[in-house]
Amino acid sequence: MSAPRGPLLFADIDTPGLTGIEVYRKGGGYQALGQVLGKQTPDQCIETVKASGLRGRGGAGFPTGLKWSFVPKASPKPKYLVCNADESEPGTFKDRELIEKNPHLLIEGMVLAGFAIGSHTGYLYLRGEFAEIQRVLDRAIEEARAAGLLGANVAGSGFAFEIHTHLGAGAYICGEETALLSSLEGYRGQPKLKPPFPAVEGLYRSPTVVNNVETLMNVPHILKHGAPWFRQWGTEKSPGTKIFSVSGPVQRPGNYEVPMGMPLSKLVNELCGGMRDGMKLKAVIPGGSSVPPLPAALLDTGLDFESMNAVGTFVGSGGVIVMDEDTCLVDALLNLIRFYCHESCGKCTPCREGTYWMVEILERVEHGAGRERDLEVLLDAADNILGKSFCALGDAAAMPVQGFLKHFRPEFEHHITHQRCLANRRRAGAPGEAWSGADRAEPAGVPE
Amino acid sequence: MSTVWVEGPAEREPLALSDAAHAEIERAIARYPSKRSAILPVLWVLQRELGWISPAALRHAARAVEIPEPEVFGIATFYTMFNLKPVGRHHLQVCMTLSCSLMGADRLFRHLERKLGIGHGETTPDGRFTLRRVECLAACGGAPCLQVNETYHENLDEAAVDRLLETLR
Repeated sequence: MSAPRGPLLFADIDTPGLTGIEVYRKGGGYQALGQVLGKQTPDQCIETVKASGLRGRGGAGFPTGLKWSFVPKASPKPKYLVCNADESEPGTFKDRELIEKNPHLLIEGMVLAGFAIGSHTGYLYLRGEFAEIQRVLDRAIEEARAAGLLGANVAGSGFAFEIHTHLGAGAYICGEETALLSSLEGYRGQPKLKPPFPAVEGLYRSPTVVNNVETLMNVPHILKHGAPWFRQWGTEKSPGTKIFSVSGPVQRPGNYEVPMGMPLSKLVNELCGGMRDGMKLKAVIPGGSSVPPLPAALLDTGLDFESMNAVGTFVGSGGVIVMDEDTCLVDALLNLIRFYCHESCGKCTPCREGTYWMVEILERVEHGAGRERDLEVLLDAADNILGKSFCALGDAAAMPVQGFLKHFRPEFEHHITHQRCLANRRRAGAPGEAWSGADRAEPAGVPE
Repeated sequence: MSTVWVEGPAEREPLALSDAAHAEIERAIARYPSKRSAILPVLWVLQRELGWISPAALRHAARAVEIPEPEVFGIATFYTMFNLKPVGRHHLQVCMTLSCSLMGADRLFRHLERKLGIGHGETTPDGRFTLRRVECLAACGGAPCLQVNETYHENLDEAAVDRLLETLR
């Protein structure tokens, strides 16, 4: 068998047949359930997860144990656990592999999280494109139910827990937790004002915890082995491992589970084998398309929450998008802002209108019709979205604009002053093939 | 609160649904404490059954989950994956977001346009293919990628796409 791909979630991920309950149990699966249910109190579980320092792996990095502790125990309402498997952040593809290959670990994590917060119902919200993965999960849920690990009496403990999968239908905004809950309630997926936070008033106005797939998959390991064991990886403030999804022109793109704090350069140059075709790295987005990019000079920054914040960006969802020296960064940014414009839910003005403005300006600059003041107007638009939009989608559109201009402004200026590109735009063609104006025959325009 | 039903003469024909689809709709509704939560699952059942969300299907969904029809229309159009007009047997959804774009998605899309003779959102006259640009599919490590209906295809180039099209009858 090949070497383990990572210390924790990826240790046995490629085991043949792992999606089946027999193989999963043979590798120690569902042992944490037996160790916890009926033997520990929910508060003990929350304390262990708090002590582990586990922080949310979906993007925001909020401490998981603390989030759980916000659920009011005395509330007479039912409590809900919702797993966010809406994985939509461009550059991120870890949850898809995790679920596809190890669905039972997610089920076990959901049961344990449900026990900790006093919930008896879990909803698993998958992005619409994950229909085949929903079938993998539904089969695994059926198996767990048949084995008495889900249902009215989980593992003979008297604790009741059910999981239902729920397929979205194509909306990036549903990765935002309040929008996800709106969608799950049967409304359009638009965000709600916080407070009240979901922990107090979430799904069906009941206390609700929303956790990412990777976060929940860490829970069985933490409850089984304890907080000190988990802290053997990572840094003091960012303990554990994190899965980074690496894409772009590197030798070996893919998902990598690494201890938090590992230098980004080691991930890109050693684990991924460096750049393709002997190209140089120009820029890298470290945490999904919402976070500001880093120039090659900052490649040694550690992959932990604090180190990334210190250089003005974020670990985010762990979607690492690598760009080589032939990438036109005006085009790259336009591609991303078009995405946000397309995905803006339309609820608030700064995001709905601001993203259109930014697309329009960037298209002008990209196609050689940029005006002298365009970059100032672009930054002004970004400034009028950041912190002023209803939810984080607006921030997610503004931050890349600010970050690209902070690190790569001369490339944007060159487009405006010379009506042409600094980069040898290879991206649409074969290696070495020069970009021609015919590359995008017609401007794609603002997406429908 | 009164419910407003919008009914046009063209939408009065009965909706032919299999028993399995009816049963699936029932099961979907039973999974939630509120009927309206089942709107996406119900629309999915209908789309899988009919290939698209016809006006009659929309009305059926509205009645099943007890949401006014105009609101169901609002929901069906809010999400990008419901086909509000018929699509081909093979719905080619080509990811155009950054990671795929860096790895040649634009070129791949142009190749498909030329090869099939259709553009974004169009269907071949024989009803075999519909072509569409879509946003990030969460398969960036296998860029460029596309989905044919619900199935992922990754690490594509022109030759791989040509081979794929041959298998899709």
